[in-house]
Amino acid sequence: MGETGVFLVSVLGAAIQSGTPLLFAVLGTILVERSGVMNLGLEGLMLVGALAGFAAASVTSNLLLAILFAMMAGALLGLLHALFCVVLRINQVVSGLAITLLGSGITGLWGTRFAGTTAARFVPVKLPLLGDIPVLGQIFFGHDVLVYVALGLVPLLWFFLYRTRFGMNLRAVGEEPRAADSRGIDVYRVRFLYTIGGSAITALGGAYLSLAANSLWMDNLTAGRGWIAIALALFAGWDPVKALLGATLFGGISALGFHLQAFGVPVSPYLLKMLPYLLTIGVLALTSSERSRRKLGTPSSLGIPYSREERM
Amino acid sequence: MKLQLEKRLRLPRFAWFTVPLYSLAFAFGVMFFVLAFFYLGQEQAAGTAFSRSGFALVSLLSTPFSSWFGFFGSLTHMVPLALVALGLSVAYRVKAWNIGGEGQMYLGAMAATWGALFLFPGVSRPWVMLPLLCAMGLAGGAFWALLPALMKAFLRTDEIVVTLMLNYVALFWADFLVNGPWKNPAGFGFPGTASFGVSARFPTVFGAQLHTGFFLPLLVAVLLLLLQQKSAWGFRSRIVGDNPLAARYAGISVRRTGAMALLASGALSGLAGAVQMMGVQHSFQQGFSSGYGYTAIIVAWLARLNPLGILLVSFLFGGMQMGNSSLQMFHGVPSALTPTLQALLLFSLLGGESLSRFRIRWKKPGEVADHG
Amino acid sequence: MARKPLLEMENISRVFPGIRANDGICLQLFSGEVLALLGENGAGKTTLMNILFGMYQPSSGSIRLRGKSPGRLSPTKALQMGIGMVQQHFSLVPSFSVAENITLGWKTRSNREMLRGVERKIQQLGAHFGLPVDPRAKVWTLSVGEKQRVEILKLLFTGAQILVLDEPTAVLTPGESQQLLAAIRKMVRQGSGVIFISHKLEEVLSISDRIVVLRHGKVVGTVDRSEADETTLVKMMMGHEPEPLALLPSPPRGLPRLEVKGLQVKNDRGHLAIRNLSLEVQRGEILGLAGVSGNGQRELAQALYGLRRVVSGSISLDGISLESGNVHQRILHRFSYIPADRKGVASCPNLSVRENLSLKKRLPPVRNGKQNPLIRTFSIQVASEKMPVRLLSGGNLQKVIVARELSAKPTFILADNPTWGLDIQTTGLVSRILREEAKRGTAILLISSDLEELFRLSDRIAVLFEGSIMGYAPPDRTYREKIGRMMAGIQGESGEDA
Repeated sequence: MGETGVFLVSVLGAAIQSGTPLLFAVLGTILVERSGVMNLGLEGLMLVGALAGFAAASVTSNLLLAILFAMMAGALLGLLHALFCVVLRINQVVSGLAITLLGSGITGLWGTRFAGTTAARFVPVKLPLLGDIPVLGQIFFGHDVLVYVALGLVPLLWFFLYRTRFGMNLRAVGEEPRAADSRGIDVYRVRFLYTIGGSAITALGGAYLSLAANSLWMDNLTAGRGWIAIALALFAGWDPVKALLGATLFGGISALGFHLQAFGVPVSPYLLKMLPYLLTIGVLALTSSERSRRKLGTPSSLGIPYSREERM
Repeated sequence: MKLQLEKRLRLPRFAWFTVPLYSLAFAFGVMFFVLAFFYLGQEQAAGTAFSRSGFALVSLLSTPFSSWFGFFGSLTHMVPLALVALGLSVAYRVKAWNIGGEGQMYLGAMAATWGALFLFPGVSRPWVMLPLLCAMGLAGGAFWALLPALMKAFLRTDEIVVTLMLNYVALFWADFLVNGPWKNPAGFGFPGTASFGVSARFPTVFGAQLHTGFFLPLLVAVLLLLLQQKSAWGFRSRIVGDNPLAARYAGISVRRTGAMALLASGALSGLAGAVQMMGVQHSFQQGFSSGYGYTAIIVAWLARLNPLGILLVSFLFGGMQMGNSSLQMFHGVPSALTPTLQALLLFSLLGGESLSRFRIRWKKPGEVADHG
Repeated sequence: MARKPLLEMENISRVFPGIRANDGICLQLFSGEVLALLGENGAGKTTLMNILFGMYQPSSGSIRLRGKSPGRLSPTKALQMGIGMVQQHFSLVPSFSVAENITLGWKTRSNREMLRGVERKIQQLGAHFGLPVDPRAKVWTLSVGEKQRVEILKLLFTGAQILVLDEPTAVLTPGESQQLLAAIRKMVRQGSGVIFISHKLEEVLSISDRIVVLRHGKVVGTVDRSEADETTLVKMMMGHEPEPLALLPSPPRGLPRLEVKGLQVKNDRGHLAIRNLSLEVQRGEILGLAGVSGNGQRELAQALYGLRRVVSGSISLDGISLESGNVHQRILHRFSYIPADRKGVASCPNLSVRENLSLKKRLPPVRNGKQNPLIRTFSIQVASEKMPVRLLSGGNLQKVIVARELSAKPTFILADNPTWGLDIQTTGLVSRILREEAKRGTAILLISSDLEELFRLSDRIAVLFEGSIMGYAPPDRTYREKIGRMMAGIQGESGEDA
């Protein structure tokens, strides 16, 4: 296969793995933001998901329970955000940031007892037949279960969004709530439910970090991935497939840096770290025109500052 | 059967007092249990957990008032918080949502460091150096707000995400500098710059417990108050913040006002960073800011963008930060206590205020709201 | 005729505080007919349709659909009962296709098959009624006319038998208007009934079977198309008022203060709202601009004041050319504007009365303990001048705005419906002030949809229709009919009348 080939394969494989927590976070955010609620609380959601999952795994050694627990934790925080933003109509930016603060605070507080300990983990599982395919096998099929779940969520969510009635209603609510309202769709209910659901999925991303990616519990496990996920959602235009590409790209950037260094290519690691954020700014600059907004189906209450007096 | 929230037409008389009181009680109540749970997690008996929790909370809150050490420490922590929050309030007033306080603070700190160590290392007179570095801090922060300001003015881009992204770019840029070109050769390999010269440090008072930079937030707060009430710029901002359509009607350029506000807000955050360099750290290191940029958002919001309120809230929050570090040292309470409490306070106060404006009613099925 | 009407509105009255918007209106709509609803602004057409559509409840009277009472109406219920309204604001999701927009909110499972079926039906209906639209096209790519078609198709899909179209051609090009009228004809042939609200007599006469004319909330008459012509209709709309009041003394003719030449202004949708408009306002003259609202008044006012860009043409004040979009320049040259939308545009709700009085000044008002003298002069009723303006009544708010605009000794005043919604006293005050300003030499352009106001105050009346000046008339009530014809789009003699 040659050196470049080996290089590429291992980078791609690492990228997928590294991008999984991001992917969960973005997919969850896509649901939330498509309903028109801005979600800046990703970092906090991921952290509580990580802690909840880890705690459950540590106590019960049951990974399924851990996952459920993580999602519940995310849903609870999401409930708080939904209450504030949808019911009480408080500024969504402030609420999201407060969620992040709360999430990271509680995680920091209650997580100390787990510092340095291990718990039941997800281990990479090579899928029997598929994993033996030469190139693709290494890239796609040698990961742990959660990665497959995330990858599987992508087409699921895509189908949901674009091919089902529920997905259509969701998109309508986010893009033109007046139109949805006039057709009898309960905008409040949609926003409320999807905020909770999306938050649960985001929390899974955190759980991945504590149950699969890392072997120990430590402070600040997410290391800013939540913020990258916010950028990613925008970058991907709230589309699941583009989110997968973006998550792999963003996740791969660090993997790339690592590998490049190993191969002797001088690349500033700092520049690499900045790249996701700079890319997002670039994308924003290009897609800010009204025309692209309409074309992309940007959720209407996002991308437009909250000074706009909305009916909802 | 649906739950319906109806707007109250009039608030009960003492609501402005009782509502925050209930909210505070709620926040502290929840914090009490959260902290107790933490202690329980440390294999403590229930009784001990609760009493330790109560004790910790009380000492946390009484830090600014329990000793001179606590008082001056709180003031020190207040300085960057207040400056950033004051800057943010300028932007938030005209609905320019600057989330980039953290990054702008970094840029101000970096600019001041650049000036102190590389541009003007030879300046030995403090009353030249200090204002000079403050100016560099202002410029650095404003520079970092320039891109979002331009994008908002010309491309109508939402500044929320742009400023947020720039936070991280600033962080990594700082990382790069501190591990690379600015690394202190005599620093034993630790990432960080050399120390500032004497002229670049704020002189201290009260027996070296407080640096003289602390008067800056007070100055800025008073300045902002005056400008907002009396100046043409302040008037314009208030009009834009209240009704942008009326602002256009009055011949005010809404875009320019917003962009200017972002720049000013960035400048003040930059000043906060510079002041931290000159007053506390005396050199540029990784992670010098414990999330001040984000906490400041909460401070500004809680204080309802009022400069004096900001001073008060940032003092209290600074006290919490101070208290947390001593608690950390002597009682093993993690530093995560403060952000948790702050978030709880925000939620309770905001939530309480919102709820008080509504009344909950059951809506019977079939009952249609009466139009017109 | 023995056939049963689709819709019967019997003795419908609706009272709002202070006005009887609808007074004992009786109306019938038969299947297969187009019923036109004609009337000036404020005649009660919109209120009546809102009642039909379930937005308001009538104060008295009843509605019967096919002889049966539908019970208490709400918009959802009205839709279920087969009543559909096409309004001026569309509610469509831009990134969805036409078919998806139509199926939005349907409870059935969405799948390929169903969507294809809907698309086919859209094409069928479109071809059948002459409302062609590509069912797969994304709505954001459609023109306004096409979007309107989608709204109509939406209603047809719900099986609406009674369609209400409120000034539908206001947003269309002449070609699209023709298409729409043809489509309406086809729709009624299928058995539905259409209520067509318009003020454009030409259209009304070309499409309707029967015409109901409203005035001051009452039905003036119901005529068959065969019995109607422009003259009778205008007479019914405007009423007979043969007593001419004494003419105002002619204003001192001087140099034109405001000169507008060949003005073209686009509206929000990108169509021309003002077409090649020219006018002059002399020193000391009050030029009244009559016209049914929606004919470009808002765009004209905004362009004159600088809140909207000009496509072509020129505006000059006292010989100085006013730059397109430059509000600040206008303020410097003391061009005052009293807009129709007081709350939304001309005031800051949370700022105090004092601050609003100084809104256009550079510096905020100084706190020197002395009350702003304008409050006395204009008898603004406030407890304290520090009150936030949002607590003021409509009348007091208008007084604040008028006081502010006039205190700067303006050279030109643009007043858009300045006494709309005000009580008698305040109306009198504002009218008096405008007259006094004119005497001082200020040039005033008074836009109003209330002819009475124009008769009372103007020295000349110009009529605006579809973005151009139809003609002029003196402020004499004997010219009512002529003005009415011009407002309805019927060509009058253009140019000045003595």
